[in-house]
Amino acid sequence: MSGSLARPTTPADPPEPDERLLHRSTLRSLLGRPELGAVVGAVAVFVFFSVVADSFLQLSSLSTVLYASSTIGIMAVPVALLMIGGEFDLSTGVAVTTSALVSSMFSYQMTANVWVGVGVSLLTSLAIGFFNGIVLVRTGLPSFIITLATFLMLTGMNLGFTKLISGKVSTKAIGDMEGFESARKIFASQHTIGDVNIKVTILWWLGLVAVATWILLRTRAGNWIFAAGGNAHAARAVGVPVARTKIALYMGTGFGAWVLGQHLLFSFDTVQSGEGVGNELLYIIAAVIGGCLMTGGYGSAIGAAVGALIFGMTNKGIVYAQWDADWFKFFLGAMLLLATLLNAWVRKRAEASK
Amino acid sequence: MSEREQQPQGPGEGAPATPAPQPPTTGASATTGAGTEGVGAADAPLVELVDVSKYYGNIKALEGVSLEVRAGEISCVLGDNGAGKSTLIKIISGLHQHDAGTFRIDGEQARIGSPREALDRGIATVYQDLAVVPLMPVWRNFFLGSEPTKGRGLLRRLDTATMRETTRTELRRMGIDLRDVDQPIGTLSGGERQCVAIARAVYFGAKVLVLDEPTAALGVKQSGVVLKYVAAARDAGLGVVLITHNPHHAYLVGDRFVLLKRGAMAGSHAKSEITLDELTRQMAGGSELEELSHELARASTPTLRPGRPTAG
Repeated sequence: MSGSLARPTTPADPPEPDERLLHRSTLRSLLGRPELGAVVGAVAVFVFFSVVADSFLQLSSLSTVLYASSTIGIMAVPVALLMIGGEFDLSTGVAVTTSALVSSMFSYQMTANVWVGVGVSLLTSLAIGFFNGIVLVRTGLPSFIITLATFLMLTGMNLGFTKLISGKVSTKAIGDMEGFESARKIFASQHTIGDVNIKVTILWWLGLVAVATWILLRTRAGNWIFAAGGNAHAARAVGVPVARTKIALYMGTGFGAWVLGQHLLFSFDTVQSGEGVGNELLYIIAAVIGGCLMTGGYGSAIGAAVGALIFGMTNKGIVYAQWDADWFKFFLGAMLLLATLLNAWVRKRAEASK
Repeated sequence: MSEREQQPQGPGEGAPATPAPQPPTTGASATTGAGTEGVGAADAPLVELVDVSKYYGNIKALEGVSLEVRAGEISCVLGDNGAGKSTLIKIISGLHQHDAGTFRIDGEQARIGSPREALDRGIATVYQDLAVVPLMPVWRNFFLGSEPTKGRGLLRRLDTATMRETTRTELRRMGIDLRDVDQPIGTLSGGERQCVAIARAVYFGAKVLVLDEPTAALGVKQSGVVLKYVAAARDAGLGVVLITHNPHHAYLVGDRFVLLKRGAMAGSHAKSEITLDELTRQMAGGSELEELSHELARASTPTLRPGRPTAG
């Protein structure tokens, strides 16, 4: 590199791109993408289950797989953004349940239109995210600890409040309430195209991926997210509002939890208050498989979506292959390890060869 | 020059059409703010410290240090570890405030409260541990915190074409010819990263550039490259404060030299008043150096001439 530095400047620079860029092949720039490991993994998983499970390739199976992927993917995307910003959120799994509970119980207790509950739930979810974020930037404690505390508190509150208000571990049915049908259309409907069922969560998922990718790559906020995770001190030194960025990222996971929570509620009409525990790790796994660095500053929303797809394919593929579902966790673990190793290897190669 | 003062906020909104204005040619008249009722305004240095002291509790970190920085000149601050160089930087860059003495910017008494304020007044500091985000591409690093955008509302987006092109041309203007501004800045060598940081400061309208040990962690060749860019910044009309413990590097580019020793000023010279040998001697503390050279002479290296540039 130092050789090229010593070259004298040419005053008459042609406006077209540097001709030496040709040396960097398309393959090489593909190798530099954070999602590569996940894509390779997804293809491998797809081929694997196509071979071992006969019904895996049917269109109906495909829509089941996509649905399973979307329920992870909706959260994996904001979690990925947060991880790129250098932080964790362990409270996401139960925050989804909290969102559903708040929505359901508020509407029921106030006998209001369910959309009022949906609105209150959105505010609550964003407030939980804001709480995580503000505690993080004010105390400087590791996000692992802070969100672990939030996770525990929310778990307790989900159970405690539900029992206190409805006397059971699940909420009362709100299926006959005003606005239920329209809310179901938005959060839990399905559309049949040909003979394929497309659940609306898939659209939410794809929409979130698109928005998150736009934010990451094309906005100032995206630049700040990468910088906040990559080197917060440097970012602060050049005037990046690191604290604000991180709070906004936590509110983003709050938004994801709201969408998924409403889906949970309107798929049925009651919510089990103990649900969601453990899902936070699935979201993080999807983000990591998708190329997000645990240390922050690197990753992509598309990668997280592919990570969620791997999750969906493995989850349903095992069923289609008629194996014991207990094997799922093993596969997920192996996938996580392999994808992370592949990501690390690819990144090292991509950076060394430049 | 006075327009450039407004620039540190970056050409945020509509500026893509006008990147950094061409730096004015070296000339004292251009550098004095028109509004300052001048104490010798025609010839005031960009930054001037007179008998500045700084105490941390009962510890004298800096005492009676004077320094002047003029447009198109490089003022070197030399000193061993613990001599007070970092304290001096912190005062100039606004991290700390001085406790005694006078600090003038453009001939006007000043006290800088924060690094942001220093930036707004045209003083940019490039620290040893560089303010870059290693995994981000060069062009994103270059504009970090001051990204130009186009479009409105929800469609407001980074002007990536301008960002890439400006990064490329600004680096080229400094004599850095990067193959690919999309590579992560962490893949550049230490010298190149220094140069990007310098080019960045110049582009965002710095009038005074404070460089903290820019060659400390670099090899001989890389040091030379960085010094070349320091000289380029000087030629672009900036005042440069070069902090170093290497008299050879300082003498190559410096116009004036301030020697610090244990927090106090041990000497202040213009280049015409001092030779490299003398500078090195003072820097190493006279007798200490003689002792060292005796020791070295005994260690069977008789052909080594004192004062020859060695690895930095």
